[in-house]
Amino acid sequence: MLEQCTVAEALERLEKKEISALELTEAALRRVEAVDESVKAFVTVTKNEALAAAALVDAKRLSGEAMPLLAGIPMALKDNLCTKGVLTTCSSKILDNFKPPYDATAVELLRDAGAVLLGKTNLDEFAMGSSTENSAFFTTRNPWDLERVPGGSSGGSAAAVAADEVCFALGSDTGGSIRQPAAFCGVVGMKPTYGRVSRYGLIAFASSLDQIGPFTKDVRDCAIVMNAIARYDARDTTSVPMETPDYTAQLSGGVKGLRIGVPQEYFAAGIDQDVRNAVQQALAVLVALGAEAEEISLPHTDYGIAVYYLIAPAEASSNLARYDGVQYGYRAEADNLLEMYQKTRSRGFGSEVKRRIMLGTYALSSGYYDAYYLKASQVRTLIKQEFAEAFKKFDLILTPTAPSTAFPVGTVEDPLTMYLNDICTIPVNLAGLPALSMPCGFVNNLPVGLQLIGKPFAEATILRAAYAYEQHSGLIKQKPALSGKGVPQDEQI
Amino acid sequence: MKLTSKEVAHVASLARLEMAEDEMEKFAGQLNAILEFADKLNRLETKDILPTAHVLPLNNVFREDRVTPGLESKAALLNAPEAEEGMFRVPRVIE
Repeated sequence: MLEQCTVAEALERLEKKEISALELTEAALRRVEAVDESVKAFVTVTKNEALAAAALVDAKRLSGEAMPLLAGIPMALKDNLCTKGVLTTCSSKILDNFKPPYDATAVELLRDAGAVLLGKTNLDEFAMGSSTENSAFFTTRNPWDLERVPGGSSGGSAAAVAADEVCFALGSDTGGSIRQPAAFCGVVGMKPTYGRVSRYGLIAFASSLDQIGPFTKDVRDCAIVMNAIARYDARDTTSVPMETPDYTAQLSGGVKGLRIGVPQEYFAAGIDQDVRNAVQQALAVLVALGAEAEEISLPHTDYGIAVYYLIAPAEASSNLARYDGVQYGYRAEADNLLEMYQKTRSRGFGSEVKRRIMLGTYALSSGYYDAYYLKASQVRTLIKQEFAEAFKKFDLILTPTAPSTAFPVGTVEDPLTMYLNDICTIPVNLAGLPALSMPCGFVNNLPVGLQLIGKPFAEATILRAAYAYEQHSGLIKQKPALSGKGVPQDEQI
Repeated sequence: MKLTSKEVAHVASLARLEMAEDEMEKFAGQLNAILEFADKLNRLETKDILPTAHVLPLNNVFREDRVTPGLESKAALLNAPEAEEGMFRVPRVIE
């Protein structure tokens, strides 16, 4: 079944001319047609563009041209990444007609690498949420159980990869928006170090925290996609000018002697017992493979959510001021300018976005700035220092990705309860560190996520440990029933 | 209660949002719950701690002062709700 191919497998078969890029894209599009009515991962499917791009790759290969890194590989992009001439909505009414005049840098790099864009995926409006239920359009479903959420905010990208609709996808992660849906959907998701992947063309939510990263079916693919997107970019002033290592080169280095810190705060009462057990078992595997583990304490962990839900809304309230009905997106008719602004924003934004704009506006407003924004920024320093201190002694920090497995759609109504979902992922963004989530077991047939956190720019170390674990566990080969793994497709008909 | 409905109305006007009375009250409740949760930060002494605005040791990133191609005005206006003579058109500002 062609659509189940990993990036590496597909590249090999394309190289050997066993399959063509067009066949691969057609298989992916058939899969989208077959399952996306129930998964609802896509906001936009770019069928004709995809077929044309795939045919172009085949023509180039036939003419003997050197093939770039991802030539002919079907991909999906979170709908907050600007794609030239292709609808980019942020799953918001306020941008539901927006066609960017340029590509985001990460998108441009993937297009240059020959990847074939299949479409744009659903998200919580403006990436604000942990379940994709805040999309203004529809809720994406978890391929492992369609009654459950895929996580969020990059739920569409995670679900599209888990359901084999594409080989890989990109998402963005501000407080866990790649790692938590990767955990819920049983795929690999990486948030690179802040500054590693250019944010140019990523529609801004909280600029000091946002980072683009890949969703893939296994760890090797994660390294391959990182090779394509991790690049210095002068168009993003927070892009760090440094060489991109070859992330695939060190994958099989093993974990012998690798020092792993295990922070007790991430295994505390708020974390499901089943999740703790699965993560502890993964740790035992890494230790059996030669890693050295030690329990540590990161006492400021508990403050992460409070810091995040002041800083991220503060930055969002400023970033989202640009949606005023003047330059792009939705405009409400009104007699004067102020009324036009107010009506446009009130009708265009959904309630979670409004809530965060309000919270951020308040936290930055005169008289409250010191008490909220400044205080949060100071505690952010403490969290960052605490990680830096731990990394003097350890190469990696190992935790669960999320406190539970995927929860049923419509069951978390209170905003604060929803925010608590990000407890294990938020501190990583506050400190700007790289981290990866990968499947480490199942509870009631729902995937559990293992989070590996690394030193700044040490993505290669994370990937090496993740690869060692993956080789040993074999978990990554499990597929949701949706894919009918083990049942040849022809026999299903 | 940290935020009264009246303050919520003020913040909404700063954010250029308008809200119905019942929405205002719902927001007041939710925002207060979040702010009360954030109160735990006051347990920490932060007097001599420098704030972190972003994590990178990058400051004052400059580029050469050279003209490079940018977005053309036609492309910039493609998504405009209303445009005229190469400009964004908005409701009358000056009487």
